[in-house]
Amino acid sequence: MTGPRKGRITKISGNMVTVSFDSPVMQNEVAYILHGAERLKSEIVRVRGNLAEMQVYEATSGLKIGEEVEFSGELLSVELGPGMLGQIFDGLQNPLPDLAKQCGFFLKRGIYIEALSDTQTWDFTPLVTPGDRVRAGDKIGFVVEKIFKHYCMVPFFLQGNFEVVSIENAGKFTLHQAVAQIKDLNGKIFPVYLSQNWPVKIPIRAYAEKLKPDEPLVTKMRLIDTLFPVARGGTYCIPGPFGSGKTVLQQLISRHADVDVVVIAACGERAGEVVETLKTFPAIIDPRTNRPLSDRTVIICNTSSMPVAARESSVYTAVTIAEYYRQMGLHVLLLADSTSRWAQAMREMSGRLEEIPGEEAFPAYLESHIASFYERAGMVRLYGGSIGSITIGGAVSPAGGNFEEPVTQATLKVVGAFHGLSRSRSDGRRYPAIDPLISWSKYKSFIDEKQKERGHGILRRGNDVVQMMKVIGEEGTSLSDYIDYLKAEFFDFVYLQQNAYDVVDEATPKDRQIYVFDFIHRILESEFTFEDKDTALHFFQQLRQLFKEWNSAPWRSKEFEKAENEINVLLLERLKKG
Amino acid sequence: MQKLYSNITQIAGDVITLEAENVGNMELAQVMTKRGTSLAQVIRLDGKKVFLQVFAGSRGISTGDKVRFLGHPMRIPTGKTLLGRIFNGSGKPLDNGPELTDNLIDIGGPPVNPVKRIIPNKMIRTGIPMIDLFNSLVESQKLPIFSIAGEPYNELLARIATQAEVDIIILGGIGLKYDDYLFFRDTLEEHGALSHSIVFMHTAADPIVECLLVPDISLAVAENFALEGKRVLVLLTDMSNFCDALKVISITMEQIPSNRGYPGDLYSQLAARYEKAVDFDTAGSITILAATTMPGDDVTHPIPDNTGYITEGQFYLKNGVIEPFGSLSRLKQQVNAKTRDDHRTIMDTMIQLFAAYRETLEKRAMGFQMSAWDIKLLNYGKLFEDKMMSLKVNIPLERALDLGWEILHDCFLPEETGIKKSIIDQYWPK
Ligand SMILES: Nc1ncnc2c1ncn2[C@@H]1O[C@H](COP(=O)(O)OP(=O)(O)OP(=O)(O)O)[C@@H](O)[C@H]1O
Ligand SMILES: [Mg+2]
Repeated sequence: MTGPRKGRITKISGNMVTVSFDSPVMQNEVAYILHGAERLKSEIVRVRGNLAEMQVYEATSGLKIGEEVEFSGELLSVELGPGMLGQIFDGLQNPLPDLAKQCGFFLKRGIYIEALSDTQTWDFTPLVTPGDRVRAGDKIGFVVEKIFKHYCMVPFFLQGNFEVVSIENAGKFTLHQAVAQIKDLNGKIFPVYLSQNWPVKIPIRAYAEKLKPDEPLVTKMRLIDTLFPVARGGTYCIPGPFGSGKTVLQQLISRHADVDVVVIAACGERAGEVVETLKTFPAIIDPRTNRPLSDRTVIICNTSSMPVAARESSVYTAVTIAEYYRQMGLHVLLLADSTSRWAQAMREMSGRLEEIPGEEAFPAYLESHIASFYERAGMVRLYGGSIGSITIGGAVSPAGGNFEEPVTQATLKVVGAFHGLSRSRSDGRRYPAIDPLISWSKYKSFIDEKQKERGHGILRRGNDVVQMMKVIGEEGTSLSDYIDYLKAEFFDFVYLQQNAYDVVDEATPKDRQIYVFDFIHRILESEFTFEDKDTALHFFQQLRQLFKEWNSAPWRSKEFEKAENEINVLLLERLKKG
Repeated sequence: MQKLYSNITQIAGDVITLEAENVGNMELAQVMTKRGTSLAQVIRLDGKKVFLQVFAGSRGISTGDKVRFLGHPMRIPTGKTLLGRIFNGSGKPLDNGPELTDNLIDIGGPPVNPVKRIIPNKMIRTGIPMIDLFNSLVESQKLPIFSIAGEPYNELLARIATQAEVDIIILGGIGLKYDDYLFFRDTLEEHGALSHSIVFMHTAADPIVECLLVPDISLAVAENFALEGKRVLVLLTDMSNFCDALKVISITMEQIPSNRGYPGDLYSQLAARYEKAVDFDTAGSITILAATTMPGDDVTHPIPDNTGYITEGQFYLKNGVIEPFGSLSRLKQQVNAKTRDDHRTIMDTMIQLFAAYRETLEKRAMGFQMSAWDIKLLNYGKLFEDKMMSLKVNIPLERALDLGWEILHDCFLPEETGIKKSIIDQYWPK
């Protein structure tokens, strides 16, 4: 018997270590640096001659030239099975609560814990009988995980057709007890377990076909759903300068979006923000399921002071977990904050590899990596006929807030919707600070197309008037132009802006959006006549105040009707005068 | 075991290269020169070649000088004996006190497991309405003051430090002017805060590279106190000097710069420091306030830009006042719901109206006629600047809220403020 293949360190620069070896190694193979009693996980990122360059997923302090490295023969993988919902993992799928139990306040390098418990048992119910024909991804049984039937599936890596040889009866199983045996055409037997491993950088493709994303995903953000909608299975990005509201927006969407599972990839951002999600979700009841939000959420957390290489892999870990739940016919939303930190991790690695740099020192493959990440989104029809989807929303943190930079530009090329946040809107506390004049979406809204166009129209018109007023002043502006400007401002204030800290206003369900938008549309269409600009301004200020009241009244409540009546009274009075 | 090496083969910038064996990455070494002994740190290993960053700079180092490796990373003493003491940028006493060697800990320790953090929830009151009312400061927050050189950022830091209720204040001077250091010392003394303060001082006259240690040392000491349950406030001034030192080293190491000469890992380097701010589950906390001077008052410069993406907001100091636009406390919502139920309303409304006032100012500057509404806004803006924005104002939050209502009442009709009717009914001065 031969032991594991080994190599020796010849060079250390930051988190990049070069290793000499004399038996074959594999690109992207996982290796462990043996440093005293510590085993530090690394990944081979380039091979040249008998030297392999590895990114180390840990701090490299104390490492020495000549230290031994053990190659694992495996690609960086995650374990997929029941037990992930409600969990919080680091970028390499180590469960952080378990790490805390073992190591206390600080993360200790070289400590890796099983992603999913070896000892926990699950109530298994079989769905196939011996003799059934199956293929990769087919459901052979299920366990109940939190709110879902968590299907146990034929391993995704198997190719071709198989026959069920044996299947366990209903009962309790751990993840590592086989629940079925299947055989291929040559009679070779494969066991099936409740969990399986999958290399994160390779998409899971055990489905019949990819479909066009054309069903709106309700986020309950009015500005998004009404004007710049997202589709189930679609992709969108949120670029914006620091402090413009990307994270708050993602947090709101993670709570309110109409999906089955949310995977949050906290990639290279603040730990405090993850803590907020982590500590509040168990106490927030999801109205769709009547269970805590944490029951449908998986958090992948590799915050900015955690090792950079693991930050790079964290987005892949997240999307692989999302793909796994999609294989069960669920609708999954993946939120990555921020994809720029992932791009920077690539840049750091590329710099250490001394690759030829592109713009702003990003590597030449930046664009293709971003494209293939978003490509993993999509609505799919599974072999059994059911539909699953992954929607990906990525925050982008452009250097200097300038959208011309490489990461934003590469992202805009591949996504289906662009929610661009602007500094001027966030400075003016116009939240969400999505700038309606620069944003776009290729997806369909549930709002009537014509009404929606009218909404866009008034915003553009209002902006034209603003630009004009800058040149000729308010006094030179005609009353009718001025009214258009007031209408645009009114629309912005009472509909596009949403108060994230008002329990009602923070999320507007689809029906309410349709109802209120229709109402506002009528106001925008109305011909008002005013004596002068001051009267016009005052009227819209009054209207705005009443709408604020309306927006914070629960849908279809008494207060809702009362506020609506008051608005109608004010409108009628005005229209009579006109 | 501590072998001496004397084969320095390269001296470039503040990095020297020599051949040595059995050296650990990031390990500390002593370089013995004619001028004395300087600390150095291993920053790269390539075969037998060891690259050392010399904290005192390479000036005067000769190829024949001796180097001794210490076998451990940079360490710093911790504990109560440090209170009231003053050290230089690499931890040597600057006062007449004894050198300390107690409870040595490694600096730049591992990150906190996020699940061991709690959601910050304690407001730090400063008596400054632009902070307490509009951008509340919260215990465990990391927050820089953005300003151009010459603004009173050190005064602001000192004022917050002496007014805040914390157990320990740690001042990390990074390229600090000696006068400014004296100012800090005197202010702390005046407020009786010196006895629970610790100072790590790198002055503008010290070698640049030495300042790289200051944040790590300050934060390692802070972390040690926080684990013992203490609330620690760390002041770092000026972090832009730290960034510039990083730039110098990365250029020496021939790293490809990403943006205006700054290294591609500037974000990660800064984050490793700022993320030390923490509110520990079942222990104390670290709050970090830092000065970040902006070259050319340009927020998009890589230093403020990367900082802004890491910290939990920033105070933007301009023309001697905290600018409402550009200033932000991202943790304010953790505390401002529990102060008074009109806090958020006053905060949002006054800022939105102030934005409108700024637009009116522009219009006026262009020579346009002022409407009745413009005149109201001008009146409002003036009152806001005098009674709220001026750093001379020193009043508790509750008084500032009342003042807010008074100003609104003096300037506007209730519906012009955009405030919900239910709140108007409750708070609008009769
Ligand atoms: N919808 C909102 N309603 C009210 N306040 C908001 C809203 N969005 C953002 N804010 C305010 O702006 C602050 C910054 O928002 P956020 O943290 O989401 O910015 P960001 O774009 O993620 O910044 P960074 O790139 O630095 O992470 C919040 O802490 C909050 O005070
Ligand atoms: Mg953010």
